[in-house]
Amino acid sequence: MSEQKLPMAEDNGSAAPPRQVEASSVRLVSTLTVAGALAGMAIVMVFQWAKPRIDAYKAKVLAEAVTQVLGGATRYQTVYLVGDHFTTERVDTAGLDSVYVGYDANGQPRGVAMEAAEAGFQDVIDLLFGYDPSKDDVIGMTVLTSNETPGLGAKITYDSTFIGEFDGVGTPLKGVKKDRAKGQHDEVVMITGATISSRAVIKIINDRLDAIKKPVDAYWSTLATAATTSNAATSGESVTNPSAGGGL
Amino acid sequence: MRTTTPQEDFIRGIWKENPVLVQLLGLCPTLAVTGTVDNALTMGIATFFVLLGSSLLVSMFKSVIPKEVRISAYILVIATFVTIADLVLHAVVPEIHKSLGPFVPLIVVNCIILGRQEAFASKNTVARATLDAVGTGFGFIIAMMIMGSVREILGNGSWLGHPLLGAHFQPWVIMVLPPGGFFTLGFVLLGIAWWKGRSAVAVRPRRWPHGVTTEVGGPAS
Repeated sequence: MSEQKLPMAEDNGSAAPPRQVEASSVRLVSTLTVAGALAGMAIVMVFQWAKPRIDAYKAKVLAEAVTQVLGGATRYQTVYLVGDHFTTERVDTAGLDSVYVGYDANGQPRGVAMEAAEAGFQDVIDLLFGYDPSKDDVIGMTVLTSNETPGLGAKITYDSTFIGEFDGVGTPLKGVKKDRAKGQHDEVVMITGATISSRAVIKIINDRLDAIKKPVDAYWSTLATAATTSNAATSGESVTNPSAGGGL
Repeated sequence: MRTTTPQEDFIRGIWKENPVLVQLLGLCPTLAVTGTVDNALTMGIATFFVLLGSSLLVSMFKSVIPKEVRISAYILVIATFVTIADLVLHAVVPEIHKSLGPFVPLIVVNCIILGRQEAFASKNTVARATLDAVGTGFGFIIAMMIMGSVREILGNGSWLGHPLLGAHFQPWVIMVLPPGGFFTLGFVLLGIAWWKGRSAVAVRPRRWPHGVTTEVGGPAS
């Protein structure tokens, strides 16, 4: 700063001792240690306040997304892929692949929602889609995070026509341009001007299904059997809720 | 040694030494997150908070911090405030936090903040450092708002999410893309340079015919 006078600019040769003595190493280390400890404490306190709010928001976003891609689902349960089969047991879930099984109000399994991410046009597109193993159909799709070109590729997140294309479409999905659509069951009409992003969404879903379809179908058949038997047992009475579900 | 008044400490950061528009510091967030007004405003407020908190602490403890480790200590203080701001934004406005992406943590390396600590807060009283931080912080917010307003109005036809230009307006998509940031900043800086040049010309003595010398704007002879 120009307004600051340089210290000791006129002190040369005088008997005045230097104003600032060199600090000892111990003082340097202890200053930074104390400052670091205080900073750590402050951050921990704020973190403890923020963590439940951040988690609640994440759960809310996930719940909304699951409801959206599994139309009619009112609750969902997270199941984890251990080896080559799914389980609801939560032994050590860290790093395990997981999907969400949605149930409707009557406790009937509605479909399986799963997250998938792959490269889009500019950045990774992270999306959630619903899959109905009984029909082998994709029944809904919503983009969770993306960084596509605003006004063009970003339409995959909000273009309702495009998102509606995923409501009941046979697998594997086939992306077609608007003027080439033949109205077949596995066709997804891509967005004009956002072909790369649309194609990426389709590829993400196909790849994910390719990799996980077998265990999902296997788990689904056990669910279906369980649902039938429980229906037979309760015979007309209100159906029991699935165990340990994440409430919506 | 006090050579400036409190008003000058405050005003300096807003206009005469505006961190973005005059000193051209902190251009990374200015270009990156001003696509919409709410992003720009949130980023401005987060930076304001970090700057004010750091200036307060640094000016308070300036005699305790040995000069050999002062930069490390400043960075520690700044990083703490940035982490707090990041967590609070994540908890309170998660949508905006998501769209700001890595730019909140990157406030740590914003040279506006470290610059104010080294050049001002570490050498002045708490009161003056606070005024300076508030002024500089407001200067940053103002610059962010100018950028965000221009880009959102032209690029999206809205301001703070409210439609402004009607359904017939075709948004200039490029304005919310990175090139739009450079265009906007360039034109804003051009405007400021023009305005400064104009006021500099205005006080230059002019020679009139018949040997009369006067200053434009002064009393005519």
